[in-house]
Amino acid sequence: MSRLVVENLTKVFSLGFFSRRYIKAVNNISFDIKEGEIVSLVGESGSGKTTTAKMILRLIPPTSGRILFEGKDIWKDIKSQEALRDFRRKVHAVFQDPFASYNPFYPVERTLWQAVNLLEKSPSNKKEALELIKESLVRVGIDPKDILGKYPHQISGGQKQRVMIARCWILKPLLIIADEPTSMVDASSRGGIIQLLEELREEQGTSIMFITHDLGLAYYVSDNIFVMKDGEIVERGHPDKVVLEPTHEYSKLLVGSIPKLYRKLEGL
Amino acid sequence: MKNREILFKMENVKAYYKLEEVTVKAVDDVSLEIFEDEVIGIVGESGSGKTTLSNVISMNIMKPLTLVEGKVFLKINGEFEEISSMSREEVKKKFWGKEITIVPQAAMNALMPTIKMSKYIEHLAQSHGIDKNELLSKAEKRFEEVGLDPLWLKRYPFELSGGMKQRAVIAIATILNPVLLIVDEPTSALDVVNQKIFLKVLMQMKKMGIVKSIVFITHDIATVRQIADRMVVMYAGKIAEISPIEEIVQKPLHPYTQGLLNSVLTPEPEIRKRGITTIPGAPPNLVNPPSGCRFHPRCSYAMDICKEKVPPLKEIEKNRKVACFLYMEERK
Repeated sequence: MSRLVVENLTKVFSLGFFSRRYIKAVNNISFDIKEGEIVSLVGESGSGKTTTAKMILRLIPPTSGRILFEGKDIWKDIKSQEALRDFRRKVHAVFQDPFASYNPFYPVERTLWQAVNLLEKSPSNKKEALELIKESLVRVGIDPKDILGKYPHQISGGQKQRVMIARCWILKPLLIIADEPTSMVDASSRGGIIQLLEELREEQGTSIMFITHDLGLAYYVSDNIFVMKDGEIVERGHPDKVVLEPTHEYSKLLVGSIPKLYRKLEGL
Repeated sequence: MKNREILFKMENVKAYYKLEEVTVKAVDDVSLEIFEDEVIGIVGESGSGKTTLSNVISMNIMKPLTLVEGKVFLKINGEFEEISSMSREEVKKKFWGKEITIVPQAAMNALMPTIKMSKYIEHLAQSHGIDKNELLSKAEKRFEEVGLDPLWLKRYPFELSGGMKQRAVIAIATILNPVLLIVDEPTSALDVVNQKIFLKVLMQMKKMGIVKSIVFITHDIATVRQIADRMVVMYAGKIAEISPIEEIVQKPLHPYTQGLLNSVLTPEPEIRKRGITTIPGAPPNLVNPPSGCRFHPRCSYAMDICKEKVPPLKEIEKNRKVACFLYMEERK
């Protein structure tokens, strides 16, 4: 069954006060994500991939089209606060900049306490909740001692991103939207972040959507790749198909320009 | 490697940042040769000493950076000159721009948005005592060679896109046909399409003989692999491995090189098959680097000797040098 269905999604931004200009950021795109599936939305800056993610996260409303999560239209069928809370529990985001995801005035674990409070069945006392937080930190390969009581500036970027994933272990969402989750961490810790997300998928059947400009990352992790250009999906399919036999001019150019490790680019 | 004439060499160079209370050993006992007609790629994580090394190569040594030990030679008219014995001012006056040119990291962002591109050429003519108009017509030609309309010389930098700016910078930097060109992370700020165009321009310059040898500094191994003849891997201020590019990609010797290559993520079937691994831990602080081999705390092959002795950089196969006890007699 499809966990998320996106149908004819369009977003038009209007600019200017006297003379209005319209920009079609997302133009009539459709795709779906199945249970336990990892897909990637690949495109350069301005291709509309983050706008798409924001609409799926229910942060900005679409101009037209539908987004069905677990069969429900997220923009029409979510009416009560309780229903919205439930949606936030089930759909989670991991953002690009782990530095901007934390409030510098509060300890890092605050973000985990917030996750605990969002749970449907919150732990009955503080001790139990703390156990849950510690457990989630261990899951993402962090010794709770290294994090608890610390402030954001005291831990590294890689650790911050891991704590964001620890939230996912507490909430166990059905869908994670990961917007460039590895672009601001060191190359040497990038692999670890990807592995953690893959483990979530293996153990919880979580569906994951990567939003990235890095076709190497998309090729490595995805079951399905969608290449976006100027608000439209221009190429879609299995990673081998998209990367090894691209058909659209743009994806051909993209694949042909990315430096490879085991082969030389043509025309240098 | 057809041509093994040495163009540049440095011997046992130690370049430290001497701060008030501490000393950062950014380049520690490094020896390196650069041959004529080659592209040499220097790779490593941030803080491994790549940029400091480039400053030593061009003798751009300013406080707090100090050349503590070692010698640096550049071949000029067939003779080696010891440029490390000269002052920065002397090297700058005699060799910069003409023999050796460095394009520092983010150079394109240093273009003043309100100064016309042609003004930079005029400054250059003035500081080298060349006729302004002669150099300007040369610049027009060079702009065409890097794929830019000479009209752009009359424009302001803010009118150029990132890829165009980077090409304009390289055109200006090489206008006096330097023998050795050093570029520091020139492609990091560009998208992949412009990266490829830039690499093409660079290789074109070498083919046309505008520059003889290129030092390409980057953290992106896949990019270096596209253009370099040899690769130098730096770790914590030291050279871990030097090797011809094909061989190092196919069979990395140093455990750090292996880790580095295994963390590369490019869209290739081989990568999907092998998976990616991470190097545990973080690079050391160069104020107080680990004893022995600086990589030993993160190395899964570490032996007792690695903690005590510093592994020398030794040639263990033809043209392949590695600083690791795994490949040396002393291991027993």
